[in-house]
Amino acid sequence: MQTTLESPPAWKVYLSRWGWGLGTALVLLVLVLWNYAQNPTSTEAVLASTVRQSTPLVLGALCGLWGERAAVINIGIEGQMLLAAFIGFLVNVWTGNLFLAVVAGVLTGAVLGALLAFMSVTLKIDQIIGGTVINILALGLTGYFYQQGLTTHGKLQAIPLGALAKIPLIGPVFFDNPPITYLTILLVFFSHYLLFYTRWGLRTRAVGEHPRAADTLGVDVYLMRYANVIFGGAIAGLAGAFLTLEAVGSFERAMTNGRGFVALAVMIFGKWTPLGSWGAALLFGFATAMQTQLQFAGLNIPHQFIGMLPYLLTIIVLAGFVGRARPPAADGVPYEKE
Amino acid sequence: MSETLALEVRNITKRFPGVLANDRVNFTLHKGEIHSLLGENGAGKSTLMNIIYGLYSPDEGEFFIDGQRVEIKNPHDAITRGIGMVHQHFMLVPVFTVAENIILGSEVTRGFTLDMTRARKEIRALSQEYGLEVDPDAVVEDLPVGIQQRVEIVKALYRQAKILVLDEPTAVLTPQEAEDLFRIMRHLTERGVSIIFISHKLKEVLEISDRITVMRRGKVVGTTTPAETDESGLAAMMVGRQVVLQVEKGPAHPAEPVFAVRDLRVLDERKLEAVRGVSFQVHAGEILGIAGVQGNGQTELAEAITGLRRVEGGAITVDGAPVPDRDPRFLFERGMGHIPEDRQKHGLVLPYPVADNLALVAYYKPPFADGIQRNDAAIMENAVRLIDEYDIRTPGPLVPAGNLSGGNQQKVIVARELSRHPRFLLANQPTRGLDVGSIEYIHKQMVAARDNGAAVLLISAELDEVMSLADRIAVIFHGQIVAVVKPGEVTKEQLGLMMAGTPAEEVL
Ligand SMILES: Nc1ncnc2c1ncn2[C@@H]1O[C@H](COP(=O)(O)OP(=O)(O)OP(=O)(O)O)[C@@H](O)[C@H]1O
Ligand SMILES: [Mg+2]
Repeated sequence: MQTTLESPPAWKVYLSRWGWGLGTALVLLVLVLWNYAQNPTSTEAVLASTVRQSTPLVLGALCGLWGERAAVINIGIEGQMLLAAFIGFLVNVWTGNLFLAVVAGVLTGAVLGALLAFMSVTLKIDQIIGGTVINILALGLTGYFYQQGLTTHGKLQAIPLGALAKIPLIGPVFFDNPPITYLTILLVFFSHYLLFYTRWGLRTRAVGEHPRAADTLGVDVYLMRYANVIFGGAIAGLAGAFLTLEAVGSFERAMTNGRGFVALAVMIFGKWTPLGSWGAALLFGFATAMQTQLQFAGLNIPHQFIGMLPYLLTIIVLAGFVGRARPPAADGVPYEKE
Repeated sequence: MSETLALEVRNITKRFPGVLANDRVNFTLHKGEIHSLLGENGAGKSTLMNIIYGLYSPDEGEFFIDGQRVEIKNPHDAITRGIGMVHQHFMLVPVFTVAENIILGSEVTRGFTLDMTRARKEIRALSQEYGLEVDPDAVVEDLPVGIQQRVEIVKALYRQAKILVLDEPTAVLTPQEAEDLFRIMRHLTERGVSIIFISHKLKEVLEISDRITVMRRGKVVGTTTPAETDESGLAAMMVGRQVVLQVEKGPAHPAEPVFAVRDLRVLDERKLEAVRGVSFQVHAGEILGIAGVQGNGQTELAEAITGLRRVEGGAITVDGAPVPDRDPRFLFERGMGHIPEDRQKHGLVLPYPVADNLALVAYYKPPFADGIQRNDAAIMENAVRLIDEYDIRTPGPLVPAGNLSGGNQQKVIVARELSRHPRFLLANQPTRGLDVGSIEYIHKQMVAARDNGAAVLLISAELDEVMSLADRIAVIFHGQIVAVVKPGEVTKEQLGLMMAGTPAEEVL
């Protein structure tokens, strides 16, 4: 007697997975609209800042998720961003060509990705150690070679997208940004498409869930892991380029400031999906933006406490509110052929 | 002659550290035949198949397909040469849908996008053509094993396999599912597919095969046909001695009740009631068999008893004392032994050495522990003794349990649990995947445990096993015990009917 399995309707599954996140988003949206009615300029400023703050986080999360979807845990995102930020900055100093500088940043990330892949896929070193090696390497290199007083020839400027940029509220927030921010939004949707609708994505997910099954079907497990970790590294490199070439315009020691780690929380909160990660990154970006806003609001709270906001959010989110997020089954496990 | 051969391998040799898994093996497969491969646990059957499928590379040997010499270096080569394989442990991605699993590695696309509509259509067409019904949109982890296996077969056919390897496909199937599989296999051979079939169940091997090849310790012992031999002949060929296929046991002498459940209610994963008010007692010195088709609450019952699943209602008692909910150690401390249904998930820590796995239940107590330290000498001594006593085929006690053949993994668990001389033994499908020699041995051990006064609860989907081993049989259907009978008082057919849900009054 085989009991037939009634799976619950799709919308129910969807709601139980994303209900919490969607609920939060809805509440925030209402608050924002209400606030906008009272004070349009400051609301627009907070939201624009939200998008800016979320950009390196979502890029970091995309880096993390491409690795982990292929079962390679990348805790070296922080280091990949930092070194890429530094190299991108130096190339800008030397050549004055922002495009070349961004490319250099992306390549730096990719090279560090290849290093991580080599350590964890080929040498089968513990992946946490591999990532830590990259973090320490980046911190050491950038600290050693950093010189004060280097000046650059500007940074990437906002490009308003014509009429779109004039839409109230949405226009200034989404359609009046510098290039890497646009690219990031494109990357989110591109990643979603690639992961869930293409051959590449199917094979990547298979390698992350059950590498032996993929192997028995002729999928090259090692190749998939290398490629995805390198691709992730390139995205982290773009995040680094964003910091020095688009957001700040100069380099400071340890300027990534933990973003690579928050990005991992963002990825988990987003349940290892690009769109989910984007939502989570916007939430974290919002918390960071609010923190600046609150400091100006003249509340009687020491600014150190307000500065804790995004990190506090990370802890709360990771500690309880993620719900039953399930990482790829083979996450972090090296693959042995025989 | 060679043009009728679908596949031939010559002189295949494969060494693993410490084992010669295949020793100059020759094997031929005719077009459209079902060729069974028999052999003890660890004889090298799966290894040979993995070599043919390109997963392992042989140290020596040659392959011929349709008379042509070919190289098979990886699964991709095997697939392009028309070889498909259903592995002993399924190779399905649990979170993927059936369709995703089937197309993986041979995806159809439109531009860059996966063409799932076309994939679904092709899968439906295949299902119909071969009578293998699968729902392309079901998620694999929600499917019963019988259906998962169908997915595996469709997967091979989707790649136009002309040679199909089935590694112990019936080990996890219910009798009905196995019958279905045989029907499908015959259907496939009619369409020119050649099949290599591995099984430990001699009856089905005799029923389905055109030819039978037997392996022992890495070597081919011989090839025969069902007409030329019978069960005991095959068993002798496999093991190298006469095997007693009937269980020898005297009458039971049941004493005081040791273990009891009363009105037990347990939910399954989907929060539906899987065990619906079950009551029974197991006495010292008897074997109570729970007979039932898989999926009628046995898994949940066993998990509730061992403390792995919450008890919704009712009580479990041992020696009259209530067993606390979800406290696995409580029962182990009171002398429970447990042979779990899923050896890889609940029975072993696969990456740990065999020796540690053999000490796993009592590792925190002397002699295995010495204060807070491990007593490695005691753990090794125990391992060496049990490996010898239970004939576990392993290169040594320090080899990871995951490297053993499926049947030998099972023996590790049985050795660990029985060697503790349990007062109450829960044996859930204890001989699944074991060869006849090992089954004989384990059955003997279980009867010996009973005769020493242990209360044994046997859950099994094998009618033969329940009939020959149990002193009383409780039939479980839809989460309820529908009848309790003595094995001498019913026929197999009657038991089968009750397991399928025919009310006991009509049957008996
Ligand atoms: N990956 C591996 N590494 C080391 N040894 C292995 C490996 N795979 C198999 N072996 C060894 O090779 C021998 C043959 O194993 P194999 O799995 O082929 O047996 P089998 O005939 O399929 O047995 P069973 O009926 O129990 O499945 C065993 O001694 C086993 O321990
Ligand atoms: Mg095997």
